[in-house]
Amino acid sequence: MTTIAATGEHFQAHTDDHAHDADHKPAFFARWFMSTNHKDIGTLYLIFAICAGIIGGSISGLMRWELAEPGIQHLTSWASMVKGSGATPDESLHMWNVLITAHGLIMVFFMVMPALIGGFGNWFIPLMIGAPDMAFPRMNNVSFWLTVVAFIMLLGSSFVPGGTGLGAGTGWTVYAPLSTSGSVGPAVDMAIFSLHLAGAASILGAVNFITTIFNMRAPGMTLHKMPLFVWSVLVTAFLLLLALPVLAAAITMLLVDRNFGGAFFDAAAGGDPVLYQHLFWFFGHPEVYIMILPGFGIVSQIVSTFSRKPVFGYLGMAYAMVAIGVVGFVVWAHHMFTTGMTVDMKMYFTAATMVIAVPTGIKIFSWIATMWDGSVSFKTPMVWAMGFIFMFTVGGVTGVVLANGGLDDNLHDTYYVVAHFHYVLSLGAVFSLFAGFYYWFAKMSGRHLNEALGHLHFWLFFIGVNVLFFPMHFLGNSGMPRRIPDYPEAFAYWNQIASTGYIIMAVGVLVFFVNVIWSLAAGRRAEGNYWGEGATTLEWTLSSPPPFHQFETLPIIK
Amino acid sequence: MKILKKILLPITALLLPFSAHAQTANPAPPPTAQAAPTAATAPVTNDIAAKPADSVADAKAAAPKSMDGSLPGYTPMKPTPGIGMPKAREVDFQEQFSDNGKYAKWINNAILIPIIFAISIFVLGLLLWIVVRYRRAANPVPSKTTHNTMIEIVWTLVPVLILLGIAYPSLDLLAKQFKPAPAHAVTIKATGYQWYWGYTYPDHGGFEVISNMLKEKEDVAKGERYRTDNDGPKQLAVDARMVVPAGVPLRIQTMGSDVIHAFAVPSLWFKLDAVPGRLNEKALTITKPGVYYGQCSELCGARHGFMPITVEALPPAQFAAWVKAQGGEMPDIKKAAAAPIPTATAPIATAATPITPAPTAAAPAAAATK
Repeated sequence: MTTIAATGEHFQAHTDDHAHDADHKPAFFARWFMSTNHKDIGTLYLIFAICAGIIGGSISGLMRWELAEPGIQHLTSWASMVKGSGATPDESLHMWNVLITAHGLIMVFFMVMPALIGGFGNWFIPLMIGAPDMAFPRMNNVSFWLTVVAFIMLLGSSFVPGGTGLGAGTGWTVYAPLSTSGSVGPAVDMAIFSLHLAGAASILGAVNFITTIFNMRAPGMTLHKMPLFVWSVLVTAFLLLLALPVLAAAITMLLVDRNFGGAFFDAAAGGDPVLYQHLFWFFGHPEVYIMILPGFGIVSQIVSTFSRKPVFGYLGMAYAMVAIGVVGFVVWAHHMFTTGMTVDMKMYFTAATMVIAVPTGIKIFSWIATMWDGSVSFKTPMVWAMGFIFMFTVGGVTGVVLANGGLDDNLHDTYYVVAHFHYVLSLGAVFSLFAGFYYWFAKMSGRHLNEALGHLHFWLFFIGVNVLFFPMHFLGNSGMPRRIPDYPEAFAYWNQIASTGYIIMAVGVLVFFVNVIWSLAAGRRAEGNYWGEGATTLEWTLSSPPPFHQFETLPIIK
Repeated sequence: MKILKKILLPITALLLPFSAHAQTANPAPPPTAQAAPTAATAPVTNDIAAKPADSVADAKAAAPKSMDGSLPGYTPMKPTPGIGMPKAREVDFQEQFSDNGKYAKWINNAILIPIIFAISIFVLGLLLWIVVRYRRAANPVPSKTTHNTMIEIVWTLVPVLILLGIAYPSLDLLAKQFKPAPAHAVTIKATGYQWYWGYTYPDHGGFEVISNMLKEKEDVAKGERYRTDNDGPKQLAVDARMVVPAGVPLRIQTMGSDVIHAFAVPSLWFKLDAVPGRLNEKALTITKPGVYYGQCSELCGARHGFMPITVEALPPAQFAAWVKAQGGEMPDIKKAAAAPIPTATAPIATAATPITPAPTAAAPAAAATK
């Protein structure tokens, strides 16, 4: 798509030219704690997301360990460990709710979003549009550190009283009145405040991306020449900007109800608990597209690079994302089919939800058409991208099943839903994260990852997550509810298989970390465009890693 | 394993401290039910929720207890293994015992499953074909094609047609599910408490049955009731079931007394949130007598996983006997039809308090609640 007028040397910063003070990297503290450099902030975001991912992933390991067989096996000892003395049975069961809440919030707000938007977005949006940096570099830094403080707040909430036991046990959805009158103590307040901070950070980030993309594109790069990853982040930034204030309002109302005698969601005083759900899901549904759209963008870049073909149906791909973003705002109540809505509402939300399958289908088929008659090489990023396409399809079709309000009367809040959203997130968004990581790691670090270990990681992870999540469809069909720490014996068989899948997946992740550490220590040095002919976007015109400041002379796009 | 059991036992032993009072023959409503409307304003902690129930248990300690949940004229029905409950290694939905449930299961298994499998296998097939045919060794020179208007129109329109095909039965199912219950339907109100269910029968004198999960034999004190196979599977069996007539239209109403719960029975394709301050309602006709199990399906606090639902559908005559054993009365349909409606204007919030109206007024009051 993009044709570049000049070669890489034109854009390199003059690293040995002492006339340019800005080219001197600041000392350690100033560079990493007061950073205004989009690449350094991107790196910080990625490191942060990896740390959060380890914590969130370990929590899911605890959950699969407890669910591996019927009965309460470990919760009591974990709850006692956090409390520092013997936990009562109710405190132990509350611990379960704290685990599911923390897992959800960490993975959404502190792993997927910081990695995709804060990490890859910060790193590659300026590079791909030929800009020297983000529009508001210092605000960029504020975004990052707000996210860190938010994360510390959330982790801290696990150690203060939250009603029945320590920590916030409300689920990531924080439904009232469980989150108001149902959870006394500071834990839920801390969790809500953590969401406020993370939300403010994301809103600042969204403002930054929108301004950067609209105003700082290199001469000649019209909107319709932007790489699809830039398009995806642009749409995502608008979703963030429109959805997050609604979340902020909803959780502020929770705080008012909890602390200042408010009654927004208190039925006894004329409020309505279901109002909270409408506000939450007005944010919550766009949020799932916020998590997946940047992944769409990454997969588009990778598929094109490794097929040595431009993206098929570029405009259709870009506007499919816009369509998904727009329609994503008018389908929220399909998360609430069992709250007792009217038949008209249920019919509307059923039909509107199904509509989303159309632009999503356009994207799937366009990726396949991009590969079709290409000259495809199956390097690690490409394998992850193809895994993404298939797994996202599987997660998408179960979404069409759940869209049916009549079927949701049985499937709502069962493991079928858990299976569905893990197929689109854990096998969708996370696959795109790994694909992007393998695609760009050498660009960011200057050192190659090991191909063989990358493929081993892919296959272990692919098999692991499928063994982990596919049986959950069966559990949901036969009626196992979500968010329970123990289950009737009939559900034992598939639960045990799911827990086995977790172990396979975890081994795969270990391989990933070995690969990263090996690469940083002894990986082969990477040249500027190490993927060769198919890699046509601007970041490949720079060295690996790129200079501290790039594009001092703006590239001209023909 | 022994160590695990040791951890497990005290937990289950303490899970349900208020099962003792639930099968009392005298249907006097427990204090928890009256406290329901105000419970939402007070911070509901475990302690507060548990105390009133415990005091009731103490008060009723002298009453004779049956060890199997039977009452004069009523013996709990023995469940059929694998019917109305989950089966080990099952991949499909549970067998359905309502017409809408059968229809919904058919829509899933006969329409949606073939379509979603076909789409997934189609995409997988294309990807595998790309691996074989378009790998670099097999196709060294890539084509430069980036557009084909025809194929783009096709892959937009074909999914639209498929979705229209799905939407027709889907919306039809919704219309059927929302068909209101007829005026003569039997009303049962399921109230979710932290963490047990209460079933009120406004047509039959307004008594409320409190339903707690049954503990295992090793978890109860000597002389207390424990779960047997007649009650049903572990973690699904309750001490007092929601007994309803089979083959008769039911009007199931749900409401939460403290936080949101959800009344769900998979084998009846029924799930409806129990929201404080709202009276949700849905029609249901159970086609066959039997015992049908479900679990609370909205996160409601620590013991969310331990407030099961057991519905026992009986032939109408046996249902009448059960109502009598509960101290209730069967409604007199002729008188009820002639009675005036004004009771229906009672505000929703008061509906949480079990009413004991004149039998004549009970039926229309319930019939017109929605």
